[in-house]
Amino acid sequence: MAKTLFDKVWDSHVVRSVKDGPDVFFIDRHFIHEVTSPVAFLGLESRGNSVVYPERTFATADHNTPTINQHLPVADPLSANQLDALENNAAKYGISHWGLGDKNNGIVHVVGPENGITLPGATIVCGDSHTSTHGAFGAIAFGIGTSEVEMVLSTQCIMQPKPKSMRINVNGKLGLGVTPKDVALYIISQQTTSGATGYFVEYAGDVFEDMTMEGRMTVCNLSIEMGARGGMIAPDAKTFEYLKGRSQTPKGADWDKAMTYWETLYTDEGASFDAEFNYDAADIEPMITYGTNPGMGIGVTKSIPNAEAVEGGVETYKKSLGYMSFSEGDAMIGKEIDFVFLGSCTNGRIEDFRAFCSIVEGRKKADNVTAWLVPGSHKVVDQIKAEGLDKIIDNAGFVLREPGCSACLAMNDDKIPAGKLSVSTSNRNFEGRQGPGSRTLLASPLVAAASAVEGKVTDPRTLLV
Amino acid sequence: MAYDKFNVLTSTAYPLPTENVDTDQIIPARFLKATERKDFDINFFRDWRFNQDGTPKADFPLNKEIYAGSKILVGGRNFGSGSSREHAAWSVYDFGLRCVISSAFADIFKNNCLNVGVLPVQVSPQFADTLFAAIMADPKTEIKVDLPNQTVTLVATGESESFKINSYKKENMLNGFDDIDYLKNIEGEIAEFATTRPF
Repeated sequence: MAKTLFDKVWDSHVVRSVKDGPDVFFIDRHFIHEVTSPVAFLGLESRGNSVVYPERTFATADHNTPTINQHLPVADPLSANQLDALENNAAKYGISHWGLGDKNNGIVHVVGPENGITLPGATIVCGDSHTSTHGAFGAIAFGIGTSEVEMVLSTQCIMQPKPKSMRINVNGKLGLGVTPKDVALYIISQQTTSGATGYFVEYAGDVFEDMTMEGRMTVCNLSIEMGARGGMIAPDAKTFEYLKGRSQTPKGADWDKAMTYWETLYTDEGASFDAEFNYDAADIEPMITYGTNPGMGIGVTKSIPNAEAVEGGVETYKKSLGYMSFSEGDAMIGKEIDFVFLGSCTNGRIEDFRAFCSIVEGRKKADNVTAWLVPGSHKVVDQIKAEGLDKIIDNAGFVLREPGCSACLAMNDDKIPAGKLSVSTSNRNFEGRQGPGSRTLLASPLVAAASAVEGKVTDPRTLLV
Repeated sequence: MAYDKFNVLTSTAYPLPTENVDTDQIIPARFLKATERKDFDINFFRDWRFNQDGTPKADFPLNKEIYAGSKILVGGRNFGSGSSREHAAWSVYDFGLRCVISSAFADIFKNNCLNVGVLPVQVSPQFADTLFAAIMADPKTEIKVDLPNQTVTLVATGESESFKINSYKKENMLNGFDDIDYLKNIEGEIAEFATTRPF
């Protein structure tokens, strides 16, 4: 029978199916970080359990780490306590741990792929909803709660009902200044913030085939923002090229054996999906959000829609615009901004810094803008320096910070002050997400760069020609 | 962590009709720094319940005395979207709620609720509207959530709807069991399966 990519990977990880219940689902790779794992370890210990396969779990500190002066002790005692808990739990159970200052440290969804822990056909979970990122490699990857983190630690399985399947095809060629982030924000704007709830998405078509691995990660990362549990893309020559030789990928005969399996990972001709959508690359322009969920996005040259024109309740919509201090019909172009954030598991990779630099090179940061440029990992930092992008950043009046989740969720000191407007390459524009009272416009690194040099929301295409 | 068994719950309810309530609202990230699971009720809906100076926002439903002590929250469509933080489900539980009713839940939040002993009850959009209207008309409206029979009923009028839950999760909720108990019981089967994984 013709099977989807998702079916192939899911079905091969089912230990057993519970009658009128979930599947007992085996997890190949498990990432943990300091925020959602400490209580799982407490639970494990209170039950007298241990970590069954410590070699399948990988710890990195990222969510509340500072992005300056990482060589100094962490000043916030609560953050320091969580970081210590992660380190101590990892040491106690023999789990690999990349703490603050480690050369492999960085955001979990950046360091997993760049170290070759993420593999096609694998099942990957983490107590973080953006675990969907790893689907870019043809893995089934999704976020879980802390109870499930404890399940994985103590049994290497979780109990999951199999999601429905959806395929999203985007065909054609992307226009100037249109990036993977724009493709994702466009799809989410069409699906709404909850349109893919209950589904696992496969992305297919020219646009994703043409995309780099970094771009595919950006797209899969944002799957959760339309409610999907995860998103995945069939592995191809680009995937294998990216993975080959990375520190933890299979080597030699093991690589050849893995390749034999990986080459079977595609959706068979004639396989059916529970839902399917088609979009045209030509309809996508650089995107920006205007509201308080990622589904509230429009082309950067467009105006904010009227309440009647959007799906959902009018009161919720008006509450959202009220929080943003925006009005129906407002143009987004030209709105004066206060902050720019380049980084996060969505757009904190080398390609995102290259894109940002392609605009700011030879220009200057606007005086009214505070900019935080936060690479996703130390390896990204090294690459930025190797390519001389740090000079461009410096000459344009920007400062490169140290890796971490930073202002994406503002658990550390990188908080946007109340009322301030930020153009952010991160993944969520929820109320207060970047700090209590902060207002967030989600956009690509190109839109962020153009807005940073102009001091207001700017169409990057005007600076690219 | 063990939770109380759930059978039949009859209670008044907090109404929160706003749609797309995300887990960043249910518990903002700055309150996720604990290394133990306790007192998550304090910052439940922190920025919707309190002004920045810490004074309560009187018009927010969770602050209204008339609803105080309710064990049910009726939320708007797509409740619990966004971050996977189980702290959101913990804060629901710690606030004294045992059931959230909505016309649609985000997947991870729903799973987390079931794992911590909060029953997520999905109803039709029409029935959700009926519940909101009833609560608005009479804040002391009682709702009966009957897990064995999988029904949710407006006590005063008898208007009722059935809801879905798989029989495995239903047994867990009725008995206060959890998934780890189940998984530890089939350890041998999992270990055998693990040997077949290529990586």
